[in-house]
Amino acid sequence: MTYLAKRLLTFPLVMLGVSILVFVAIRMVPGDAITAMLGTEAGLLTPAQRQALAAYFGIDQPILVQYGHWLLGVFKGDLGISVIHGKPVLGIILERFPLTLELALLSMMIAILVGLPAGIFAATRTEKLSDLGVRIIAMIGQSTPNFVTGLLLIYALSAGFGILPTMGEFTPLTVDPLKNLGQMILPAITLGFAFAASVARISRSAMLDVLSEDYVRTARSRGAPKRWVIWRHALPNALIPVVTISGVEFGYLLGGAVLVEQIFALPGLGRLVLEAILQRDYALVQGCVLFIAFNFMVVNLLVDLAYVALDPRIRLGEGS
Amino acid sequence: MAFLRAIFSHPSGRIGGTIVLVYLVIALLGVFGVTPHNPLQQFRIDRLHGPSMKYLMGTDLFGRDVASRLMTAIGQSFLVAFASVAIASIFGTILGLTAAWFGRLWDGLVMRIMDVLLAFPAILLALLIIAIAGPGSFTSIAAIAIVYTPIFTRVVRGPALSIKGREFVDAARTFGSSRRYILTRHLLLNLVAPLTVQVTLALAWSLLTEAGLSFLGLGTQPPAASLGLMLADSRNMMETAPWLLIFPAVAIMISILGFNLLGDALRDIFDPKTRSRPA
Repeated sequence: MTYLAKRLLTFPLVMLGVSILVFVAIRMVPGDAITAMLGTEAGLLTPAQRQALAAYFGIDQPILVQYGHWLLGVFKGDLGISVIHGKPVLGIILERFPLTLELALLSMMIAILVGLPAGIFAATRTEKLSDLGVRIIAMIGQSTPNFVTGLLLIYALSAGFGILPTMGEFTPLTVDPLKNLGQMILPAITLGFAFAASVARISRSAMLDVLSEDYVRTARSRGAPKRWVIWRHALPNALIPVVTISGVEFGYLLGGAVLVEQIFALPGLGRLVLEAILQRDYALVQGCVLFIAFNFMVVNLLVDLAYVALDPRIRLGEGS
Repeated sequence: MAFLRAIFSHPSGRIGGTIVLVYLVIALLGVFGVTPHNPLQQFRIDRLHGPSMKYLMGTDLFGRDVASRLMTAIGQSFLVAFASVAIASIFGTILGLTAAWFGRLWDGLVMRIMDVLLAFPAILLALLIIAIAGPGSFTSIAAIAIVYTPIFTRVVRGPALSIKGREFVDAARTFGSSRRYILTRHLLLNLVAPLTVQVTLALAWSLLTEAGLSFLGLGTQPPAASLGLMLADSRNMMETAPWLLIFPAVAIMISILGFNLLGDALRDIFDPKTRSRPA
């Protein structure tokens, strides 16, 4: 069986596993499901109300039947009702998702625009001071937690230039693009810094690997100019691991950057999960986790597909 | 000894190794309470005192000594990181080894469960576990351990599978060596290299996650000190008392940097292919 077929076949299986895990996990919360669903409000219920609610939500059914019902609902786009918001979970998620998507895209843009040239630059000047500089900055970038970068950035701007990031109400891109970008730029740089660091490191080492390959040496020995060899021969092959890393990181960011959204007061998916957890809004936690895991898996699958498309060797099953 | 020499003759190994050693000493001092001041004592008249000879890193809003708090915080963060990585590496190794050795149903079952765990972004899985079990240091340890177990399982299973097929394992089997002997003596010993690298990198990641979780108020609970908590407390005072932000921030960065550098060096040392070329 080819790698691709295997990958496509396991996708629904893993997704099913994820749904079971999320379903079971939420039911492991101390106390019964009504308490889990209503949080502190459950204490105000009379036993009769409790029973009525249990029947209404189908919680008096066997666990397998409950899971079946829930899964059927999920397929129909029904992730349940958030107790805190009093609205369907899916609707709330879709309200918050555009911000998270925009932030992820902006960060990836920064990462690739900065990280890729830096990595290639360093690879073509190995063991020189400029290479060392890129490597040190990349290493620091990879070792600094996003929220620390964010805090230091806010501090540097406010102490050095007296600028404070706009913490007011969030403006969506569709309402006022300029104001929106003004609010998004700092969080995007924060996330982009670590992202750029890993892109730089990967592109540097991939480039070095490729530059030592026989076909590059052959091209050079035939008298092809260095620049041409780098762009024409080396770069396309060196890009493969860069695509993988960028894709995986992008997948992470689609899950919401909990800490960075928190620092910059952005109402994205990450903060939604955090709020849901802190407010014990379990239907919302369950829905968010399922949604994020699904996105994460789809992105990872797409990354694998891109990988196969870029490198024919894997298609033949040699790389798996 | 030869191993230590190899680490310290590698450029990143030298820096990373030194950082990690220094941090280990600070963490131990912090855990055993050998600090300049009592980290919980409130010097009321010296509230928000800047760095000075008396308070090397200043004091916080309650007049507590930042340097002392930082030391206990590093101790606390290291305790969580080491405990969680120890649990993850032990469980991951057992699962990976047995999956590779027994194959078939057990292998399929273990690896599919690991696939499911890996389908979650790491921080999300940690948050989900904390949502169920409630915040605190012990939950953080469990959460980080569960998140990292699949990675150790994968790291172990791959090489274990290839070693299992080698002649010396067949030979050991024909000699009548017990299963446990082969698993520990032949397989596990050959996995020391990838495991060491993974443990080092996992420690870096685990420190990062612990700091993040306590920053959100879901990890270590006050009044105990932790790096994430100290940063969270510094947020509203960064302009009047920047030392509250700078010292913990730099402390986190350097500790993670140390483990990352050490991990890179170890990878180079163990992998002859890249040995000549530091990444």
